[in-house]
Amino acid sequence: MKHIPFALALFAAFPAPLAADQQNIIAERVWSRASMGENRPGVAYMELHNTGSGTRTLTGVETGRAAMAQIHQTSTSASGVSQMAPAGDIDILPGTRIALEPGGLHIMLMQLDRPLAEGEYYHLTLIFKNGDNVEIRVPVLAASARGPGQ
Amino acid sequence: MISRRAFAAYLAGGAAVASALLLPGWWQISGPGAAPPLPRLPLPLGEMSFSMQDHTGAEVSPQGLVGKPSLVFFGYTFCPDVCPTTLSDISTWLSGLGADAARLNAVFITVDPGRDTLPAMAQYMQHFHPAISGWRGSLAETDKAVAGFRASYTLGEGAEGEGADYAVEHTSSVFLFKADGRLAALIDLHEDRAQAVAKIQRVLQR
Repeated sequence: MKHIPFALALFAAFPAPLAADQQNIIAERVWSRASMGENRPGVAYMELHNTGSGTRTLTGVETGRAAMAQIHQTSTSASGVSQMAPAGDIDILPGTRIALEPGGLHIMLMQLDRPLAEGEYYHLTLIFKNGDNVEIRVPVLAASARGPGQ
Repeated sequence: MISRRAFAAYLAGGAAVASALLLPGWWQISGPGAAPPLPRLPLPLGEMSFSMQDHTGAEVSPQGLVGKPSLVFFGYTFCPDVCPTTLSDISTWLSGLGADAARLNAVFITVDPGRDTLPAMAQYMQHFHPAISGWRGSLAETDKAVAGFRASYTLGEGAEGEGADYAVEHTSSVFLFKADGRLAALIDLHEDRAQAVAKIQRVLQR
């Protein structure tokens, strides 16, 4: 049953003018998990495709929903211990895409104004080094979602 | 002054020679040339010693898991990325096993009992497969559990503060135990679903 609203959500989430700005960064497979309680952090995932001819450098993110939003990288050591750290600037070479996905790069939203509720949307601004920021609309899926189609 | 400078030069030279001699040894024994250390295996569940409560408030212990194969992993409910991903993976594996899921224990143990109170655990577990049990103990019992599994965790910066916003670094592999309580396999974060389910099915067939 969750698939149908999500399919609709996809259409709603990527109207052409929002998805592809002049600088040719396209955000696909954008999703977020519902968060719980007042102070648990939220998370957002997506794929960013650079269809332009120059490298774009993602330096940060912003949203009105969180006092602090950062791009983090989860890494897992040889002994199986996982940790998260700020990812720093991310270069997206022309013609390539980077994936922000579970267990890897992700956008961490700290100090949310209120929990992210399943079924809602929020806006997120991707900040690029050249100043051409990209605004995207993020659908909030279930707390147990594992990917954009679930 | 001169003699002191000469002495310093002598020391520096000696240190350089010692490094040149020791470096190749270091490189092979503990440096990047070394084979990665084998993770130490957890104790059998029956030999571990800790007591906790599950998210319904019932008293639980590792001995109570012996008799059925078990999936056990560590995490915390404020974890935005790895823990919901793992819980959701385990939920999918359990759903994929159908009726066989009832022949298995599945346990999530919090390494952040300070923020993960029993009500928080109860609320969190609602979002995942109902067969997964969320365990919480005192800090001392948590440490005993982590030691028994040969796992590790480190509370991040800010953990001392009030209502703090901190992350916890922790072992993220899922431990799969045989019905007799001995370890059968580890399932890593990025392992694909088919491989994970196959490992579980092998243990269920024994």
